Amino acid sequence: MFDATNVSYDTQIPNNVGLSGDRRVLKALERWHPGYIDWWKNLGPEGFQEHMVYLRTAVSVDPKGWARFDYVKMPEYRWGILLAPQVEGRTIPFGQHYGEPAWQEVPGEYRAMLRRLIVIQGDTEPASVEQQRHLGATAPSLYDLRNLFQVNVEEGRHLWAMVYLLHKYFGADGREEADGLLQRCSGSAEAPRMLGAFNEATPDWLSFFMFTFFTDRDGKMQLESLAQSGFDPLSRTCRFMLTEEAHHMFVGETGVGRTIQRTCEAMVEAGIDDPYAIEKVRALGVIDLPTIQKKLNLHFSLSLDLFGAEVSTNAANAFNAGIKGRYQETRIDDDHKLTNATYPVAEFKDGRIEIVDMPALSAINMRLRDDYVRDAAGGVKRWNAIIAKTGVNFEMTLPHEAFNRKIGTFAPANVTPAGEVLGADAWNAGRDQWLPSAADGEFIASLMKPETEPGKYAGWIAPPKIGIDNKPGDFEYVKLHDA
Amino acid sequence: MTTIDFQTEPSRYRHWRIQVDGDVAQLIMDVDENGGLFEGYQLKLNSYDLGVDIELADAIQRLRFEHPEVKAVVLRSGKERVFCAGANIRMLAGAAHAHKVNFCKFTNETRNTMEAAGAESGQHYICAVQGACAGGGYELALACDHIMLADDGSSTVALPEVPLLAVLPGTGGLTRVTDKRKVRRDRADVFCAMEEGVKGQRARDWRLVDELVSNATFDQSVLARAKAFAAESKRKVDAPGIALTPLQRRFDGTDAIVYSTVSVSIDRATGIATVEIHGPTEPAPETVEALHGQGAEAWVLRCARELDDALLHLRFNELEAGVIVFKASGDPKLAAAHERMLLDNADHWLAGEILLYWKRVLKRVDLTSRSLVALVEPGSCFAGMLAEIAFACDRSYMAEGSFEGDNRPPAALILTAGNFGRYPMSNGLTRLQTRFLGEPDSLAAAQAQQDRALTADQAAELGLVTFAFDDIDWEDEVRIFLEERASFSPDALTGMEANLRFAGPETMETRIFGRLTAWQNWIFQRPNAVGEAGALRRYGTGVRGDYDRRRV
Ligand SMILES: [Fe+2]
Ligand SMILES: [Fe+2]
Repeated sequence: MFDATNVSYDTQIPNNVGLSGDRRVLKALERWHPGYIDWWKNLGPEGFQEHMVYLRTAVSVDPKGWARFDYVKMPEYRWGILLAPQVEGRTIPFGQHYGEPAWQEVPGEYRAMLRRLIVIQGDTEPASVEQQRHLGATAPSLYDLRNLFQVNVEEGRHLWAMVYLLHKYFGADGREEADGLLQRCSGSAEAPRMLGAFNEATPDWLSFFMFTFFTDRDGKMQLESLAQSGFDPLSRTCRFMLTEEAHHMFVGETGVGRTIQRTCEAMVEAGIDDPYAIEKVRALGVIDLPTIQKKLNLHFSLSLDLFGAEVSTNAANAFNAGIKGRYQETRIDDDHKLTNATYPVAEFKDGRIEIVDMPALSAINMRLRDDYVRDAAGGVKRWNAIIAKTGVNFEMTLPHEAFNRKIGTFAPANVTPAGEVLGADAWNAGRDQWLPSAADGEFIASLMKPETEPGKYAGWIAPPKIGIDNKPGDFEYVKLHDA
Repeated sequence: MTTIDFQTEPSRYRHWRIQVDGDVAQLIMDVDENGGLFEGYQLKLNSYDLGVDIELADAIQRLRFEHPEVKAVVLRSGKERVFCAGANIRMLAGAAHAHKVNFCKFTNETRNTMEAAGAESGQHYICAVQGACAGGGYELALACDHIMLADDGSSTVALPEVPLLAVLPGTGGLTRVTDKRKVRRDRADVFCAMEEGVKGQRARDWRLVDELVSNATFDQSVLARAKAFAAESKRKVDAPGIALTPLQRRFDGTDAIVYSTVSVSIDRATGIATVEIHGPTEPAPETVEALHGQGAEAWVLRCARELDDALLHLRFNELEAGVIVFKASGDPKLAAAHERMLLDNADHWLAGEILLYWKRVLKRVDLTSRSLVALVEPGSCFAGMLAEIAFACDRSYMAEGSFEGDNRPPAALILTAGNFGRYPMSNGLTRLQTRFLGEPDSLAAAQAQQDRALTADQAAELGLVTFAFDDIDWEDEVRIFLEERASFSPDALTGMEANLRFAGPETMETRIFGRLTAWQNWIFQRPNAVGEAGALRRYGTGVRGDYDRRRV
């Protein structure tokens, strides 16, 4: 019997799934491994493959102490396969199989559906690594550089997690899909990643922070709902991924928060009261708050698209099948089957935004999105607290859910961040007030100068309150000079 | 219920765009979600309903007549990441059985037209697939001469009907996979039982597509392939097309439609629709230039278009007209002359296209699930292609000699060269070959009488009509037949007629309209698909179909 809490290192791939006793899957994964390493070297962080980076590695799935910190060269990172411990007697928490024992093997009739969900989730993991690969060159500090790489290696591990499921449970098709995850590439004209937001550029560090705040939070919501799955191996996989995901959102929230903090401090020091005195603020070498708001608008709207259409047959099927649940399913007080329940859904009809009651089953995406918006709003509130503390008079807000959408009912609509429906021309005329313009991008890019001295930070961002792994302020998170 | 109209034109399209550039046209599917023909569903992901298909049929027809210079048509999606999701499921789930059946038949006829355009006219359809191409979407692709699939790791072709909806890919899908693309039957079984479809190399290896194309150079590759098809095309025209001008059509109350060469009247009490064709009154154009000059005004083209529209109208809007009586009035010699003009110039593109169009219209008659009867009366005009209508009917009655008090000339029937090869049925045989399947001598005897005005006696003797009656018996016999027909079960009649009409060899087309359609229509009636707990009904609710597990 292997110990499912501690991780075994007796194979090339650290794991708590007894891989050394599963020759078939081990062989398949070992065959996949070189392609993964090639992918990491070609499309992973550019220019830092040989540097020692102070990273955490999962060594256990015990929530109290699962990680170990040490210096490692990223291509030598031990990407492991880690599933949260099996819960004895777990039952399917929703859908038509509610209350039945959770599946330990894939039920044949749901094989295709499960595989599709796993492939879609798996496709996002390497995508963000690809999107962020150029950022190392302009990191505002070694601390931030390390955080970037930490997020990157963990996204790599999430890819491993999905690939393990594909290899273990989906036979030849699963192997083919696992190869496909390395063939598609973010932003590629040839073979793009499956979801829109994962083909967008991440041109600067503010984008990176916004991405980890908003898009990784979508990842969190997806993982939360897959963690409810009746397919137990998927549930356990996602539960463990969530422990890592928390750090990604921390990086995003504190990154944006520190940017805001620095801007406000600089404004106060220079005696600028008006947050809209953009040129004056920019002259201080910090990013003005309205531009940060525009970035927020962009990333929020892109991430909402990731939830898919408000009314979705696929989502309904997956819920009813017991494959993908709701956020915190087990804490919801209802029949968990949604047989006759309804859910209010936004609809764009005849040029108006309306709320209509739809069968709750087909509104699963909408509900998850609503949960997401609430979750994201918490972070925005904390940013506003930072602003308020400095005395600057400005509030960040989440734009209206209909703003700048490409998927779902609002795709054809032209809606302002305030929720006003406009004609296409009027919307296009207003676009640059709401979304980063080319000039905004150029300004932000002009601030993106690397800061490589331990303990120093670029002028546009405040230092963090505490270091990673409680390290002192001048800790050398990435050893730039001995490579 | 509002009347479904099959007449449209590009400026009114909501779902398609045609872009012509030299010898290549782009036919772009960009379905307006909110442009459904009926209430209650949205045409998401380029899914289609009858309204979308009416525009497609119109576009295909116009490409042949209005753009004879086009030798390759690229069929593609105007939407990102989706080619076409197939027939709209909510529309199907909500539609009455008869509408589903008629819808499938019409879409099948349209798919056949795409294939015919390449095979007969050298106007080849090339399907350029990026994104998901599922169900009816893949069936559209299957109807093209060449399928190109983006090799982007996510574009797929799929026929998910069985696992997802508990119905069949009934728009030729199953048949074309095996008969046209000759996919191995066990692989076809795998393919048709999977929801998610096949992509990349496997799609190519299994012959589900012809070519994999890099996404980055997709447009160039598709254009190059279209150009290559155009260069190889047997079509050698560089002439301007003719405009398919709006039909002259007037609805006279609810029970009559008057076209310029066709009139339809419906007797609701008896469920009989009478379709009367008016033969030409002017001499046939003497030259192809004159024909081209007349364009859509030429009698022979007008008549085909009007008859086509009338048939579709009856099929979709007059479900209770169980019997269609065909009559033709005019001078049969003149009608034969109009046809001969086309036959003599069949290698001219326009003359050729009009003949091919008649071939399609006559097939539409064959496939109309009503009791069809031709009344060859005094003063009638059944010659050539119009005689072919009589041969398409389940029965024909011909009047002997003159009728008392009727000064019209006695009924005459004229066989032309057209009846011996120009208008084959879907089984690949002419209607006379099919008719005389067991008596080849009769075919030869009929051919020996080509171009003569045959009396009722002669026509009956030759086996060209079912019965010949003089004016003493005529009225009663016809009335008794019609009354008897009205007393039978419409379902049994539909089944009986469909079986008796298509003797002879099986072709891909007969298999689509026979085997595939019959099974599909059966499944469309079964609770496993359309019952309250059936998969089609439950589609979109998230709840799977509950099946009656007994095999039938
Ligand atoms: Fe992740
Ligand atoms: Fe993440």
